[in-house]
Amino acid sequence: MYGANVETAADRKAPAPVEDPALLAEFQARIDRGESIEPKDWMPARYRRQLVRMMSQHAHSEIVGMLPEGNWITRAPNLRRKMALIAKVQDEAGHGHYIYCGTETLGVSRDELVDDLLAGRAKYSQIFNYPTLTWADIGVIGWFVDGAAIVNQTVLAKASYGPYARAMIRICKEENFHKRQGFEICAVLSQGTDAQREMLQDAVNRWWWPSLMMFGPSDTDSPNSRDLLAWRIKRFTNDELRQRFVNLTVPQAQAIGVRLPDPDLRYDADTQNWVFGEIDWAEFWAVVNGNGPCNRERLAARNKAHADGAWVRQAATAYAAKRAGAPRDGGSTAAA
Amino acid sequence: MAPDATPDEPETGAGAPVAPRIVPVTTTLGPLRPTATSGQPADAFVEYCLRLADDRLVLGHRLSEWCGHAPILEEDIALANIALDLIGQAEAFFSVAAEAEGRGRTPDDFAYFRDDVAFRNAMLCELPNGDFGVTIARQFLWTALQVPFTKALSAASHAQLAGAAAKAHKEHVYHLRHAADWVLKLGDGTPESHARVQAALDGLWPYTDELFYADGVDAAVAALVGAPVVTALREDWARTVEAVLRQATLSVPVADWTPAGGRLGRHTEHLGHMLAEMQSLARAHPGAQW
Ligand SMILES: [Fe+2]
Ligand SMILES: [Fe+2]
Repeated sequence: MYGANVETAADRKAPAPVEDPALLAEFQARIDRGESIEPKDWMPARYRRQLVRMMSQHAHSEIVGMLPEGNWITRAPNLRRKMALIAKVQDEAGHGHYIYCGTETLGVSRDELVDDLLAGRAKYSQIFNYPTLTWADIGVIGWFVDGAAIVNQTVLAKASYGPYARAMIRICKEENFHKRQGFEICAVLSQGTDAQREMLQDAVNRWWWPSLMMFGPSDTDSPNSRDLLAWRIKRFTNDELRQRFVNLTVPQAQAIGVRLPDPDLRYDADTQNWVFGEIDWAEFWAVVNGNGPCNRERLAARNKAHADGAWVRQAATAYAAKRAGAPRDGGSTAAA
Repeated sequence: MAPDATPDEPETGAGAPVAPRIVPVTTTLGPLRPTATSGQPADAFVEYCLRLADDRLVLGHRLSEWCGHAPILEEDIALANIALDLIGQAEAFFSVAAEAEGRGRTPDDFAYFRDDVAFRNAMLCELPNGDFGVTIARQFLWTALQVPFTKALSAASHAQLAGAAAKAHKEHVYHLRHAADWVLKLGDGTPESHARVQAALDGLWPYTDELFYADGVDAAVAALVGAPVVTALREDWARTVEAVLRQATLSVPVADWTPAGGRLGRHTEHLGHMLAEMQSLARAHPGAQW
């Protein structure tokens, strides 16, 4: 989700189509040679399906992610922060747009994907179902959430599907910028008034564990995971990426003097890892399955924007049809 | 009746041993500072810049409210883009004002630490977004003036002001294309979109009169640095607007009233609410760095 890939029980139950062994072997050989797979190339149905799921979850996450951060655009504390936040949220819209287009190369239209999201059938990153309560949340989201996205997306930039890998290279540059900006907000707050420092620590306390959950549940035992790794859709397990994120983030937290809310956090000199405590997977699944603090509001906001905008999309379609001299189609929905 | 039994008497202080202290109004309000009508070139110049900046800050803020809620993803991106341009322009004009004023105020002070009565934007800019048709109609009507206005202003003899105007002009050209494009699509789209955007235009039209408000401030700054007086651009504006509306099969509304006062700090009730939200965090932590 947001580059990680969460499979639900229903996904796992989907029947695996039988593929031509010769084609499959050739496909695997191309992957092993490090070639990138392009839209017109043959690919196993399951490869396509995994990619569609992963890319559409990623695109949806970018779109829903606009809501919690957009929540502070109108209250940003100075003009510079206000512009930076608008630009960031705009970037996320651009990411969503870009990845929806990438998903269309796999034969799934943006309309279908958006319908899935609006109907609550599609997944998006669980992280965006938490509320942004203070300005410090904007800093911490940039630092943790964009930071986690970068850890995921840097490795996805070398994934086997060409359009997705190329999208990741471009998107990662912007996510890096978002992360630096978020960390800078936190660094300034950490040097600020008592109220600002409290605001920062409180935001860190609320966002740390959900950020670790962004990488998805431990997937080392999943049979699908083996295929995903073999096909270079994934390149590391969720646990490996999560550990990388923790190792990167702990020293940053120390640098600005905030405490990470994990009493078990300790450095292991042998593995050179920051070992962290138990993640509450019950919370994760509750949020993924629709019962996080803001799931309903996020979906309602997306549905409202879509419904309120229907007449605008219809007008655009009707106008384009008139320009093209084509017969008017009575105003069915246009581009989502 | 006993002298101390006066329970129904309101608290006038009558009969109290010490006379109540009456605080002169000037010490509670501070010195009443003449601005718009003072006729002083320095004040007029600051005032002129604030009118430019406030239009842009307030309208940019309104546009930013769309972010994440637009009818299509492309418009989330486009409206955010325009909001960014406008707020950037506001910052530039605030900087010119700050330097001319020379009192150490920053663009953030202007944006976050003035009350609604100190804002100098036209009321058109502060009106609520309404539906997409209202937002587009407002954007179109306002920008159609900014294109010729910033072009003329970029010829002013004040280098910083002219520079900010030249940059703004380039952006407004793009903004106008975007807005006019949508006026065409909505006007000549479906019967519903036609009706909606026509209603939006009708509702907003009276507020366009204020865009051409000019007073001693404009005259003073025109004399001082050769800045344009907005009244001279009215025909230019009307030509642009009428041409697009005609092409969009929309009718040009007729104003049955002409509200005014924004340039002198007399606003609609909407601005106070907008600023209450916008300024809340900055004002809750005075002196804090962000
Ligand atoms: Fe993004
Ligand atoms: Fe981002």
